Amino acid sequence: MAAPEKPGGLLGWLDARFPVSRLWRDHLANYYVPKNLNIWYIFGSLALLVLVNQLLTGIWLTMSYRPSPEEAFASIEYIMRDVEWGWLIRYLHTTGASALFIVVYLHMFRGLLYGSYKAPRELVWVFGMALYLILMAEAFMGYLLPWGQMSYWGAQVITSFFSAVPSIGPGLAEWVRGDYVVSGATLNRFFALHVIALPLVILGLVVLHIVALHEVGSNNPDGIEINALKDDAGKPVDGIPFHPYYTVKDLVGVAIFLFVFCGVVFYFPEGGGFFIEQPNFAPADPLNTPDHIAPVWYFTPFYAILRGVNFSLLGLDARFLGVVFMGGAIAVLFVLPWLDRSPVRSMRYKGWMSKLMLAVFIASFVALGVLGVLPPTPVRTRLAQLFTVLYFAYFLLMPLYTRLEKNRPVPKRVTG
Amino acid sequence: MTERGINKGRRRFLVGATSVIGAVGMVGVAVPFVASWQPSARARAAAAPVQADISKLHPGQRMTVEWRGRPVWIIRRTPEMIARTETVATERLADPDSNHPQQPAYVQGALRSIKPEVGVLIGLCTHFGCSPLYRPEPDAQADSNDDWSGGFFCPCHGSRFDLAGRVYTGMPAPTNLEVPPYHYLNDTIIVVGEDKEAV
Repeated sequence: MAAPEKPGGLLGWLDARFPVSRLWRDHLANYYVPKNLNIWYIFGSLALLVLVNQLLTGIWLTMSYRPSPEEAFASIEYIMRDVEWGWLIRYLHTTGASALFIVVYLHMFRGLLYGSYKAPRELVWVFGMALYLILMAEAFMGYLLPWGQMSYWGAQVITSFFSAVPSIGPGLAEWVRGDYVVSGATLNRFFALHVIALPLVILGLVVLHIVALHEVGSNNPDGIEINALKDDAGKPVDGIPFHPYYTVKDLVGVAIFLFVFCGVVFYFPEGGGFFIEQPNFAPADPLNTPDHIAPVWYFTPFYAILRGVNFSLLGLDARFLGVVFMGGAIAVLFVLPWLDRSPVRSMRYKGWMSKLMLAVFIASFVALGVLGVLPPTPVRTRLAQLFTVLYFAYFLLMPLYTRLEKNRPVPKRVTG
Repeated sequence: MTERGINKGRRRFLVGATSVIGAVGMVGVAVPFVASWQPSARARAAAAPVQADISKLHPGQRMTVEWRGRPVWIIRRTPEMIARTETVATERLADPDSNHPQQPAYVQGALRSIKPEVGVLIGLCTHFGCSPLYRPEPDAQADSNDDWSGGFFCPCHGSRFDLAGRVYTGMPAPTNLEVPPYHYLNDTIIVVGEDKEAV
């Protein structure tokens, strides 16, 4: 591309000291994106939008919230009833947490569907998975802060995961909590991590995720490299600049998203007990567990995997094994780029085995999510075990079926 | 720049030695940050023994006292409850003879208590720390289970314990409920958190 003429005035002064124009060109005006991106490509921008919502509302909540066991629950009620517009700011934050996970799950599914994790985009995927992991920690720690019954017992169960580690376990759990049980010490450190440490890590990872993406460029529903075919000016023939084409397209998505999001915030802020769980309307009582406790919906697939392990294996007791399976279910996502041996990226051109296994995986994930919400029974435990096997089969058999299957021919140009 | 006069071996050694010393320093700096997460002196001091008056505890009832921030249950077992607990088939229990060190040495037998009619247990599931529900009657267990003889049911992950806190086999919980150190000050006062010898 031809070097643009040097601007004068304020922009020229700035450009001589900071790469304003260059950043604008490299990441927006001259950043080429495949022209065939569909609706699935909206969720990255939406995740950024919801993250900004979380940061902004979170900072405002911090102004009225008090992180102590005596005052936390009451300060939430204070925000809801007495602080001007406090109810709106809190509902934007609680709904935003669930919205962020909905958007991120759809964003990840897009990656699976079109092979966005495959070379040369492995690091984009790995940074994204690290973001997902930190996001789960962020959501978990934030959930303790209202100091309700579900906050308290959810944190008690999850910090007890550490006590399942052989030999060093009990001491490790006490170290994480800063006490023998979840207490004020736990609340204070979770507050510090939730509002300072983890948001900083998340922002850093977002930068890494986007820098890595812009280095290799976006994948597309056909899984073709648009940079392989360029015109005389050196522009990809199947690419269009991110700005104005996709900024405008994303704005349409943002408008539609905000309609739905605001509908929930104003009319169903509890999300039917899934966004804010009913037991959390009672203050934490360290002496009584609610009759039925379940994590927030976005953790339930992993919770069902944990709960399904009621057997010992290789000398590891069921408790530790459950934690290992649950950790493994998340860890295996990180190595996905190296499990897929297919020469083809997109599901459009992969064989029937990949399509079937992706369908099985999505069905297992949803089924585990439903099972994780329900109280445990022997039949449900069996089902959870079955779906856990299917969940892992998608990943562990991937090197086999992606190599064995017959793919369809991939076109040279994107198909729109 | 020319290579003349550069001792590469010495340069590599100096870079290596500086890196190692720097890494040691980093570990040293990390120590206070990591150790700061340990229970504080105040949290450790709050672990003092507590007294419980059981004079108003009727047969079949349970009371809860707080020790180290944890719920401690005291149940007064009826003769029927004692009989049901002693006759639970041992093959259905994971640790019927309490071989795991989940209780003080002076707590013996199937009932795991000093006096057979009074049971003292830490009310946190040994699985992931939920507080199980008190279901003393055989039919009070809503969840289908053959010959359930009453006890404790953890709502979080479905673990079952008998009225002595012994875990059934095939449960997520790996061990029996913990029995705290305790002793009787007199017939109606129990001190939780302290052995008799310590007095």
